[in-house]
Amino acid sequence: MRKGVMRPGHVQIRVLDIEEAVKHYVDLIGLIEIDRDEQGRVYLKGWTEVDKYSVILREADEPGMDFMGFKCVDEATLDSLAADVQKLGIEVKEIPAGDLKDCGRRMQFVAPTGHVFELYATKEQTGKWGVTNVNPEAWPHGLKGMKATRFDHCLLYGDDLEGNLELFKTLGFGLAEQVLDPEGNRVALFLTASMKAHDVAFIKHPEKNKFHHASFYLETWESVLRAADLISMTNTSLDIGPTRHGLTHGQTIYFFDPSGNRNEVFCGGDYYYPDHEPTTWKAEDLGKAIFYHDRQLNERFLSVLT
Amino acid sequence: MAIENVYQISVINRQQVFYVPQGQPLLMAMEKVCQHAINVGCRGGGCGLCKIKILQGEYQTKRMSRAHVSEEEQALGFALACRLTPLSDLVVESDHFKLQTQQAK
Repeated sequence: MRKGVMRPGHVQIRVLDIEEAVKHYVDLIGLIEIDRDEQGRVYLKGWTEVDKYSVILREADEPGMDFMGFKCVDEATLDSLAADVQKLGIEVKEIPAGDLKDCGRRMQFVAPTGHVFELYATKEQTGKWGVTNVNPEAWPHGLKGMKATRFDHCLLYGDDLEGNLELFKTLGFGLAEQVLDPEGNRVALFLTASMKAHDVAFIKHPEKNKFHHASFYLETWESVLRAADLISMTNTSLDIGPTRHGLTHGQTIYFFDPSGNRNEVFCGGDYYYPDHEPTTWKAEDLGKAIFYHDRQLNERFLSVLT
Repeated sequence: MAIENVYQISVINRQQVFYVPQGQPLLMAMEKVCQHAINVGCRGGGCGLCKIKILQGEYQTKRMSRAHVSEEEQALGFALACRLTPLSDLVVESDHFKLQTQQAK
């Protein structure tokens, strides 16, 4: 049952060249550059997001994800959730306010799959970009590229899925969808703290701490097709799409940032309430579960990770 | 016979030969001529799938994920084909990608 985690609040992504990356996330995906810090990190957001930023880019030698953060309703909830995580035997580290610009203290821990997650409750709210909060217009002028509306979720690859399921249930997430192998083992988890079909998802993989993609929300299938046009116009590395997923039934296209981190833009998708039984896909039908039209996995989906 | 403005790439473990126009990254030039001598991943130096070893020839590379090509390996002639631009004919060996058992940062 829900325990006060509201939404995916941010993801910090490592890139090989910060200016190339900013160009990709701003000019192509359409995120807004909001700020930079003395470490050289760049802070971005989708225009509908009320908090100051949701994507942080950091230049490093190895692409991938540094951490994903979830925003909680208040500071007291943050403390009680951190205590619940500690009770699982997972060490929780408190990072002081201000380490990320205009963000309060963060409670950070390593999940059983090796990914770093954090919880926080406070971040400066600058409001939706380009529209006011009273009598707002439908959308702001000056949006670029795919005009992504928000950071939506991450898909991550790792080994200990059962450990992660226990952790995220402890944080009040529901299991919206799963993939089961013929022996009944879970090989994919789609977890949500909200009505969305997923706020974070995991696929079983022998390595720890691998990043499959960060996903951004678009409004319509037409926008997904237009995103595909922009990917071709800019000669951006395409993975697959436009197509539809079986899992969540979202309409999607996958592509890569200039450092090889996978991005998704998508629209649609199923919804979830806490009394819903998990939707199950069979591992034997994984092709259809992942790519509903082709009904066949491309090898890249399983092997290309940062 | 040397063909003007292209370099010959020999992928010896797959027994394939193709030509790359000067100034173009090896992997994407290979894709354009529909060859499958090197595995294609992210095309951005991140995933490591297109890791090759260069046995002969000159080339330059852009920054590559250290998780897949360490400094030592780079000095030994390993590279990611998506980040490599040939400066001469090359003889290379593909299929050097390995799953990481330990995470480097």
